[in-house]
Amino acid sequence: MIEMHLATGKLAEEPIRKGFGRGLLAAGKKLPNVVGVCADLTESTQMYMFADAFPERFIEVGVAEQNLVTVGTGLAALGKIPFVSSYAAFSPGRNWEQIRTTICLNDRPVKIVGSHAGISVGPDGATHQMLEDLALMRALPNMVVIAPADSIEAEKATLAMAQDKRPNYMRVAREATPVFTTAKTPFKIGSAYIFREGSDISLIATGTMTYQAVEAAKLLATHGVKAEVVHVPTLKPLDSQTIINSVAKTKHAITIEEAQINGGLGSAVAEVLGENLPSPMVRMGMRDHFGESGEPEELLEHFGLTAIHIARAAQTMLADHTGHKH
Amino acid sequence: MGGTRKDYSLEELEKMANDIRVDIIKMLEHAGSGHSAGPLGLADIFAALYFHVLKHDPKKPDWNERDILILSNGHCVPVRYAAMAEAGYFPHAELITLRKLGSRLQGHPERKRLPGLETTSGPLGSGLSQAVGMALALKMDKADHRWVYVVTSDGEHDSGNTWEGVMLAAKYKLSNLIAILDRNNIQIDGPTETVMPLESLKAKYEAFGWHVIETDGNNIEAFIDACDMAKAITERPVMIIANTVPGKGVDFMEYDFRWHGVPPGKQDIPGDPPKEEQVKKALAELRTLGGRIRSEHQ
Repeated sequence: MIEMHLATGKLAEEPIRKGFGRGLLAAGKKLPNVVGVCADLTESTQMYMFADAFPERFIEVGVAEQNLVTVGTGLAALGKIPFVSSYAAFSPGRNWEQIRTTICLNDRPVKIVGSHAGISVGPDGATHQMLEDLALMRALPNMVVIAPADSIEAEKATLAMAQDKRPNYMRVAREATPVFTTAKTPFKIGSAYIFREGSDISLIATGTMTYQAVEAAKLLATHGVKAEVVHVPTLKPLDSQTIINSVAKTKHAITIEEAQINGGLGSAVAEVLGENLPSPMVRMGMRDHFGESGEPEELLEHFGLTAIHIARAAQTMLADHTGHKH
Repeated sequence: MGGTRKDYSLEELEKMANDIRVDIIKMLEHAGSGHSAGPLGLADIFAALYFHVLKHDPKKPDWNERDILILSNGHCVPVRYAAMAEAGYFPHAELITLRKLGSRLQGHPERKRLPGLETTSGPLGSGLSQAVGMALALKMDKADHRWVYVVTSDGEHDSGNTWEGVMLAAKYKLSNLIAILDRNNIQIDGPTETVMPLESLKAKYEAFGWHVIETDGNNIEAFIDACDMAKAITERPVMIIANTVPGKGVDFMEYDFRWHGVPPGKQDIPGDPPKEEQVKKALAELRTLGGRIRSEHQ
């Protein structure tokens, strides 16, 4: 058994944001201090579950993302655990300075959840496909950055965020994606996980791309390549050791993310390997360009972010670096 | 029961405001950078807040019954530091560490470094929204006996974030929120009405659903009355538009936007005393404030 902790058989599909909605409801039931703040996207962000259950603990600020996070800061200052949510393009897209000063420098445990992150937002186009959130949030001292792989992990992450004392950012996706983890799959803020063991190449992925990496590893197996899949749900603080251990074994790294590789997971892994274990590396993701309108599957195909593209990149890399032909 | 003495006479409060101004001049001189006009103009308001209006305890900065005071226009923090030192939050001698490496008294206020600051501020326009969040939290907790005060500048009313907070406060009828607008009519680039016309602020706030009280922000008695009136308003947040004189107490700084972001003793400003004499002259004026006023009436 080389895959670990993952679901088997036919997989259900569900948007990752749905897991956030459920997680917030569960956190609200568990912790009376949890409050929700939303900027006119209660339905889209899935905060409606919490809002319906706890109307007295839910605040609607309207289309005002700077207010969204600063009101969150004020709530946190008096002991609340505020989850503030909008589309990632607007929060943290529009309100970065307020997040920097009033949440990070001020060190208040505000929980920022950016929905509709990544290229798979689809037809809405580039304005709404947030690709820079990981870079924006990763650059901030005190901030924890999380990108869950499916709705089950998002639910766990939301509960973990509610109990974490630091400022947190979590990105979630719009489109339904396979639910491939299970209730038993481990999740802890700050940990990366080996979802499939291998010895030839490390596929290091975050968010929606982890599923694609697992599928890529299966494809590669049929060609005799043993790919290891490292799932990185927390980009900051990064679980450097798990990444280093994997690449020390495989000698090859590919990072995959639905975000700009500049400043995102690709950068984070390059920083760790560059300082600790310089290794051949390929970064897959958005390469310094914006997205565009299209169906989610079309866009992922267009920008080369599917299992087949990852498998091809791995084969090319191994051929280039080892002389092997597959 | 915590809290501080509140039975100071008006004369004592006025003396404290003057002491605060003296400290501001000394702090800025030592720092060699910082803002002069705003902190001097706010000295009366801060004397009133820390020694009469606020329920607080310098020995217990996190006292869970305290009123909250947010300074949104963080660049005016020297006035807050001076008032806090006077109230006993930290040793008076620490004031001259302002803006120095390792100091708890950062150039702009940082909550994590100094107990009692409530938040970190400096980038303008975000304080009112934070106060709104705090007022909301107190309402949720039914802590009706606690108040949230936020001091904002006129210049930061150029900012959209401010008005987002203004709207939300009205929506949730935050009667436990009292905002104080330091209406000194200047900002860095010049008079506020030249940089970005704000008037009528009173009509704007009323149109946004707030109760508005206008007062003289350099008259301690009038300002305290305004705060008392504000507490009597239910169902609506209150804006106290406090008209202040920027640079108040130092003749050559008063009303002059050129002293917004400049400390005394650092540079010559045309028409004002040369830099070598600025501090001496400012302190002499403040120390003989009573005498100066008397001499004007002779």
